[in-house]
Order: sequence, then structure tokens, then C-alpha cells
Amino acid sequence: MEFIKAFIVGGLICVVGQVILDNTKLTPAHILVIFLTAGVVLGGLGIYEPLVKFGGAGATVPIVGFGYSLSQGAIEGAKSKGVIGAFTGGLTANAGGVAAAILFGYIMALVFKPKTKS
Amino acid sequence: MENMNKKEYQKYAEQQVPKPTYLKNSLMAFVIGGLICLLGQIIRNWLVKNGLDEKAVGGGTAIILVFIGALLTGLGVYDKIGKIGGAGSLVPITGFSNAIVSPAMEFKTEGLIFGVAAKMFVIAGPVLVYGVGSSVIVGILHLLLKKG
Amino acid sequence: MLDGVKKLGMQSVKFQNPPSILSTYSIVGPKEGEGPLKDYFDLILEDDMWGQESFEKAESKIQEETIKSALSNGNLTNKDIDYLLAGDLLNQIITSSYTARQLNIPFYGLYGACSTMTESLSLGAMLIDGGFAQKVICATSSHFSSAERQFRFPLEYGSQRNFSSQWTVTGAGATILSAEGNGPYITYATTGKIVDMGIRDATNMGAAMAPAAMDTLINHFNDTGFSPQDYDLIVSGDLGSIGKSIVIDLMQEKGYALSDNFTDCGYEIFDSKEQDTHAGGSGCACAATVFNGYIYKEIMKGSFNRVLLVATGALHSTTINQQGESIPSIAHAVTIDINKA
Repeated sequence: MEFIKAFIVGGLICVVGQVILDNTKLTPAHILVIFLTAGVVLGGLGIYEPLVKFGGAGATVPIVGFGYSLSQGAIEGAKSKGVIGAFTGGLTANAGGVAAAILFGYIMALVFKPKTKS
Repeated sequence: MENMNKKEYQKYAEQQVPKPTYLKNSLMAFVIGGLICLLGQIIRNWLVKNGLDEKAVGGGTAIILVFIGALLTGLGVYDKIGKIGGAGSLVPITGFSNAIVSPAMEFKTEGLIFGVAAKMFVIAGPVLVYGVGSSVIVGILHLLLKKG
Repeated sequence: MLDGVKKLGMQSVKFQNPPSILSTYSIVGPKEGEGPLKDYFDLILEDDMWGQESFEKAESKIQEETIKSALSNGNLTNKDIDYLLAGDLLNQIITSSYTARQLNIPFYGLYGACSTMTESLSLGAMLIDGGFAQKVICATSSHFSSAERQFRFPLEYGSQRNFSSQWTVTGAGATILSAEGNGPYITYATTGKIVDMGIRDATNMGAAMAPAAMDTLINHFNDTGFSPQDYDLIVSGDLGSIGKSIVIDLMQEKGYALSDNFTDCGYEIFDSKEQDTHAGGSGCACAATVFNGYIYKEIMKGSFNRVLLVATGALHSTTINQQGESIPSIAHAVTIDINKA
């Protein structure tokens, strides 16, 4: 059941992105920033949590979820360590994904060459 | 071009472009985005089963998905997925990974420092700037609003 | 009034000593080599890297080999050439500079984006007709991958192309013009003005460039007194399917009937459905390879006696586009005629 919920919630969030791409002059870079910031704001307002509980990975895997995770990390950091925690909390909670992207990015660049498009 | 002014021409030009295949695009975005999130759910469950706590599950899922996105980018597969899936491949965290790995690979010809390392965040940089920046503000606001 | 001034009207020139096309050569990449015009190109590469380490170096090799082959086709060496006129899309036209480095010919680098082929032919013809040269090489190149990494996205990035986007042609074309020869001849040239109707969308180049093509065509007809029916073929550089239909429509409104004898190199070089190239081909090599491959060979076969080639260029940069500026465009036209007059 949770697999179906993840599929549907994740799919729908992506459809919102696709509709924006197809109907406006906004580019993929805009979508990334808008969705991410929306996640931070919705997470800060406490509105995104119910969607996470319902949709599981469908809510956390999209970039909106990354924003949500950043805001939750910042809030928890603020709660436990005050202002310093507001600064450290977001990145700390998401360090895994970011570090992985940097390391794997570097390794893939060493190992693979870009292929021409056909 | 005396007959048509600039605004009229721009409007006319836009009408000449074939409209996107809206339904097909949204359907593919739904399916591909849904499948990637489904994969994320499977990974989550597997990590929970292996006894990791909530925080580690979140981090672990992100790391594994980032790896998958990176590998598919390296193999030259992710751009094909992106062509079909549109937002369905852009929005999930694998899209973030693709946005980092693809310029890193592309600019290898300019060297490991000024190419790979410097250009790695040329697409994804705004994600970190706006994400981290706004999260700090949210954290501080939380403190201020709780105190007040 | 100076003796020997050959200016016609506002923007055109009629050559008194029309230079002859001595030889041509075209090299294309694999994708172009699978397209509708594949039998016309002189060399089709199997690998668009051609054994080089980077796309930029590959493009340079392609341009260099194209020029060298045009020379040998005309039984010439680089010492026989008075000037090399060449350009490309890359920053500082680096491809052409490196090619020129290898060739040891006095060199003028040109930037006309995708209009470089006719820009170089115009200037080359002027140099010869003006008595400044006996032989000139006019060449240009582009490469899909080197253009993508400069203007758009990394190759492995998963973006979706919209229907107005065009595919940069990988290849190069070179024409050797000579004061002596049996034709076909460059008889007229019309120099374009920059025309900017405010299109900011870099994924809709056809719409950005169409007004420039129209401006040059109308001025050409006004200056020379000719009309569309006086040509067997009128062909634009890379307006693509969208730019092409815009030009046909709007020229019709202005009283110029461009009909079966009008087409576009970007429209012809790819099979848009089969090869998924959306609005068509683009890049300096689009007009260059189609002209030096298909059009020149068909003229020599007798299919076309009089051709008007109008290559169009979008002269923006990513920086200025990001600053919200629109895309200024230009179109240069040359008449190629089997007869001198």
C-alpha cells in the first residue's frame, strides 16, 4: 500500500513541475529552486509533514522533500543549540546527500566520458 | 518590419511554435517520477529492516538514490530518461545528482580543478544557495517566534 | 561619384568581375550523415570526436581537414591562397584561429554566428572583385557538443528540448573563390543589418532570426530589382521549420510570393521526425555543409542555374541573454549564378 502511495504522491508532485515547464517560460533551474524553497517554507510552517506521513518516499524523494528536510534540520538545530543550531542544522541533517553528490560526481567524472547525443 | 511592432511579432512568433504534447508529458512525468519515488520507498523499507534509525534511513536513502542518479548519468542513460520523463526525472533527488554529475563529466577536459571541481555546481548551485539560505532563516524565525 | 563603385541601393553590391567558385568541400558528423542529404556530403565522420580529446579540438580538426580537402580538390596548396576568411560559434572564434594556425594563410576571423558562410562568401567576393586577391578560402564550422557546452547544457544533463529548439550541425564547409574560372559565379551580395524584434527565448532561434532574413531579402529585391521568381532556389541558412513558415507568411503579406523555390538548410539537413531534431538544424555548418555539399553539386549538375543563399545568424551571448536582453540577428545574402551577368 505504501508503495502505491509513494508512487502516486511522487508522480503528482512531478506532474506539477511538468505543467509549469510546459505552460510557462520557467526553466528546469527555476523549477528546482521554486520546489526546493517551497519545501523549506512548507516544512517551516509544518504543512508538509502530513504529506510525508502519507506519501513516504513520494514526499521525501522529490526536491521538495529535500527542502523540507533542510528546514526540519534547521528547526531542530535551533531548538537544541539556539542560533548556531539554526545555521548548522539544515546542512548537518542533509550532509549525506550533498557529500554523496560531490564524491560520486567526482568519481563518475573520472571514470566516464560524456557521450554525444543522437 | 514596419507593419508589425515588436510586441505583435513576439505574440505572432509564439503562436507559430507547436504546443507541447501536454497530456503525454504529464503522464510520463507522473510515471517516471512515481517510479523513482517508489524505488526510494523500497530503499527506505530495506534500510529500516536492517535496523537503521529514522535519521539514518533518511540520509541513507538520499545517498543511495544520489549514487543511482550519478551512475545512470555516467553511463549516459539519465539524459535519455530525462528526455522522456521531463519533470519526472528533474524533480526527484536523482535529478539533483544528474545536475551535479553531468557538468562534472562535461568539463573534465578543462582539468580536475578548474573543470570537474569548479563546474560541478554550475546547475545545482542555486539549489544549495536557496535551500540552505532559506533553511537558516526558517530556523532563526522559529527561535524568534517561539520566544516571542 | 567614384569610379568603380559597385554599390546597388541600400545594402547590395553587384560584382563587375564576379569571382568563380573553384572548389568546395564538406564534412559532417554521423547524425547529418544519416539525414536526407547524406549522399551529398564529401565526408561523413563515424565518430564526431575524430580521435581528438575534446569537442573543441575535434571541431578544429574538422574545419582544418575541410579546408585542406577543398585545396586539394582545386589542385591548390595554401601558398596559392591570398586570404582565409573563417569563423565559428565558439568564444573568441577559437576553432577558426587554431585552424588558421595550421594553415599559414593570411587570416581574417569572422563572427556572424550561423550567417558566417554567406558573410565569408560576401567578403571573399569583394576582395577578389576589388582586385585585392586572386584566390580566397571562405570556411566555417560548428559542432553539436562544443555548442551545447557553451550555450546550453552538459551532454548528460536530462533536460527536455521544446519543439522550437534546433540541433546544432556538426561539420564544416569550405568554398574556394577565384578571380579566374568557369563558374558558378558570385554575382551579387547583400549585406544584412542587425534586426531585433525582441525575441528573448534562445530556444526559438527561428523566430528570432526570421525578421533579419526578411529584411535582407526585401532589401536585396529592392536593390537589385529582382523578384523571387528570378531564382531557381532561394535558401535560408537555419531558420528551421518555424522560422521558415514565419518568413513565408510575412513575406506573403508584404507582397513577395516565396513558394516552391524557397527552402531552408536547417529544414532540409535533418529528417525531423526520424531524427528527432524538432525545428531543424542550426549552426554555422548548417548553411556551410548544405551549400558546399548539396547546393553546389546540384548547380554543377544543372538542377539550379541561379541561387540566392541567405544565411542567418543569432548574435546573442548567454551572458547578455541572462541579463534579460533579446536576440539580435543578421542575414547576409549572396547570389550564385552559372552565368557571369
